[in-house]
Amino acid sequence: MDWMKIGYALLLGAMIVLLLPKAKAMLQASRSATAADWRSIVLPLLLVVGFIMLLIASVS
Amino acid sequence: MDYNNAAVARPVDATLAVNKLIRNTYTMLAMTLLFSALMAGVSMAVNPPPMTSLLTLGGAMLLIWLVLPRTANSTAGLAVVFAITGLLGFGLGPTLNAYLSLPNGGQIVATALGGTGIIFLGLSGYALATRRDFSFMGGFLFVGMLVALAAILANIFLQIPALSLAISAAVIMIMSGFILYDTGRMVNGGENNYLLMTVSLYLSIFNIFIHLLNLLSAFARDD
Repeated sequence: MDWMKIGYALLLGAMIVLLLPKAKAMLQASRSATAADWRSIVLPLLLVVGFIMLLIASVS
Repeated sequence: MDYNNAAVARPVDATLAVNKLIRNTYTMLAMTLLFSALMAGVSMAVNPPPMTSLLTLGGAMLLIWLVLPRTANSTAGLAVVFAITGLLGFGLGPTLNAYLSLPNGGQIVATALGGTGIIFLGLSGYALATRRDFSFMGGFLFVGMLVALAAILANIFLQIPALSLAISAAVIMIMSGFILYDTGRMVNGGENNYLLMTVSLYLSIFNIFIHLLNLLSAFARDD
């Protein structure tokens, strides 16, 4: 259904347009990260990756 | 004047306010998730046409962008939050029916549901326990989300299966980052409106579930 694709594309386009100013503002407002900051998110995100691989293995 | 009492009064008040925000947010999140699941169940039973997902997503987006910011500080905001989560839940019905019609569909949906719950509880628990400030991730997460949306937009027309899987993996990581970021904002006083926090956390959970379904169905065995 092509009109469905067009509908989703328009919706996503609108989301991008609405989010763009917010993303710019967030980039300017975000404080700069230290090495300790990045280390604090690497472990939980690696655990999420490992967990998803476990879930994939359980259904494949 | 007792200066010692004045000195400790502010941190105690701030801690109580944060605890109240966390309690209200998680209570509201639990209620909206249940309502959303109920609406998804209704939608699965009614089996509306596929365009329902598009209409409910559009409706929810309009409420999030135009109505919620104006009502977030009033009781009307409660109804708006339930409307947003109800619409998104209802839009999920045709998608869930499509996944359930696959071989092992029930297992895929149950695994995605359980997996989403564990990811959310694990990341929230980590952010609450460490009380870290994840505000440095804000710009990075929003830019990541924009790139993911652009890739999703391109893949509507390109229809590349590998790109779809890469997008799903990326969105799960971005939404995991948003859970840390939002929980950190709650704990460290970056946000004090529980309705806005509820919608933000709900959207992270919703997106993780949808994209986990996509990943699991792509790798599931066909028996």
